[in-house]
Amino acid sequence: MLIRRPSDVLPSEITPRELFENRRAFLCDTGLVVAAAAMAGLGVRQAHAQGKVFSAAKKSPYSIGETPTPFKDVTTYNNFYEFGTGKDDPADRAGTLKPRPWTLSVEGECAKPKRWDLDELMKLAAVEERIYRLRCVEGWSMVIPWNGFPLAELLKRAEPTSKAKYVEFVTLSDDKQMPGIRLPVLDWPYVEGLRMDEAMHPLALLTFGLYGDLLPNQNGAPVRIVVPWKYGFKSAKSIVRVRFTETEPKTAWNKAIPNEYGFYSNVNPQVDHPRWSQAKERRIGEFGKRATLMFNGYGDQVASLYAGMDLKKYY
Amino acid sequence: MTFQLNPSQVARIKAAVFIACLIPLALLALRAWRDQLGANPIEYITRSTGWWTLTFLMITLAVTPARKLLSMPWLLRLRRMLGLFAFFYASLHFTTYIWLDQFFDLHDIVKDVMKRPFITVGFTAFLLLIPLAATSTNAMVKRLGARRWQWLHRAVYAIGTLGVIHFLWLVKKDIREPLAFGLVLAVLLGVRLVFRWRGHARTSSATARVAPRAG
Repeated sequence: MLIRRPSDVLPSEITPRELFENRRAFLCDTGLVVAAAAMAGLGVRQAHAQGKVFSAAKKSPYSIGETPTPFKDVTTYNNFYEFGTGKDDPADRAGTLKPRPWTLSVEGECAKPKRWDLDELMKLAAVEERIYRLRCVEGWSMVIPWNGFPLAELLKRAEPTSKAKYVEFVTLSDDKQMPGIRLPVLDWPYVEGLRMDEAMHPLALLTFGLYGDLLPNQNGAPVRIVVPWKYGFKSAKSIVRVRFTETEPKTAWNKAIPNEYGFYSNVNPQVDHPRWSQAKERRIGEFGKRATLMFNGYGDQVASLYAGMDLKKYY
Repeated sequence: MTFQLNPSQVARIKAAVFIACLIPLALLALRAWRDQLGANPIEYITRSTGWWTLTFLMITLAVTPARKLLSMPWLLRLRRMLGLFAFFYASLHFTTYIWLDQFFDLHDIVKDVMKRPFITVGFTAFLLLIPLAATSTNAMVKRLGARRWQWLHRAVYAIGTLGVIHFLWLVKKDIREPLAFGLVLAVLLGVRLVFRWRGHARTSSATARVAPRAG
């Protein structure tokens, strides 16, 4: 009896003739790729051997004594609409952001405008570790060990003129790197701003890292602002431009919904968001809510900036 | 052509749908068990139960149009169960809010319900669901009489609308999802208007045909 047996080799497995005839070139190419991969692996291992980038950062007296939020929560629960509006979108999708090479240009009402290369910028002053509270306007909060130096270090080198009343921060806006900006959720690029005295305040931090390492993309790599006494959205991420202006910058959330997000946006338990209360917050990792502190607990340092101002009017 | 099923087939479908309706809750429980609810688990549970409440409301509202358009009268036999599942997920959503989120802080809850429009609207929708769930039994239909029962249960149109507004008013800026629910709701309510209008047209044209002509 004749038993029909299937062929041992599937048609799909047969090497195309061209490839077979070029097998030496193919092997050579593959070899190069393998070697390159091995080198890259070595590079990564060397970086690990050296430890964290900011492991020598000096502890700052401005740090608070509260327990930092776990690294995993800090890096997976983010608002960074350039990568989508979901909390896990930035962690899932920010891999497309290329934090190097990066330039930050300082311009506007100043005597010495300059385009800073990131590596040069990071050497401008001693990087410190600052453990700050972060309070989101949505009613949750974290404690994050940031690495950076006072924003004032950068600003004063530009020698702002007497016309410089405000500082504007502009986030990168590149739809190839940031899939979220294809949707007009906000008026891109993301713009934030501070009054000059706020920006020069020692608590305002030009930030390059968290937990001792370079900023993960989803947290605003490679350079961002951290303003701990204001709601989180005031702290612009992945900034490419710092501009001194005479008039109040038109900030992204303020433009989007002016009656809900003011220019100042200081953390203030007495001034509610029109749609939800700001009296309490949920600290990530905790079950119950805790009372929100005036100026996010930084009142001693910053309240004087707003002396005589009606904070209900200037929300 | 009408797609008919015998009672035992309908019973089997009903059992399968019952189990399917519990899947969202089972998945949520599994995520909680595996510690996969993310950095803010309470927010995750609130969002998830709220999303499923709206989804079950839409599915329930889809029964009547689907039954008519697909000529599948037996679908009506699933409607009560689907509606009760909407109430079930709404109850989980509400419990999450008063227990996990507010931890029975009555003062804060009352303030929230009074002052925050999106909570006012959501709370109203939940209150309106209660009499519908309570009158869902056959005995209650009999006691109320079909006409009055149907009149009461039309409240579900308002509940669906309030539910979508609740979602719309709570999001910060990205309104795509609440708008999608709004669109589905508009279609489901719009279809009813069309049915009603065509029904009227048919009745009135039938009347016209039967009515003697004035000479």
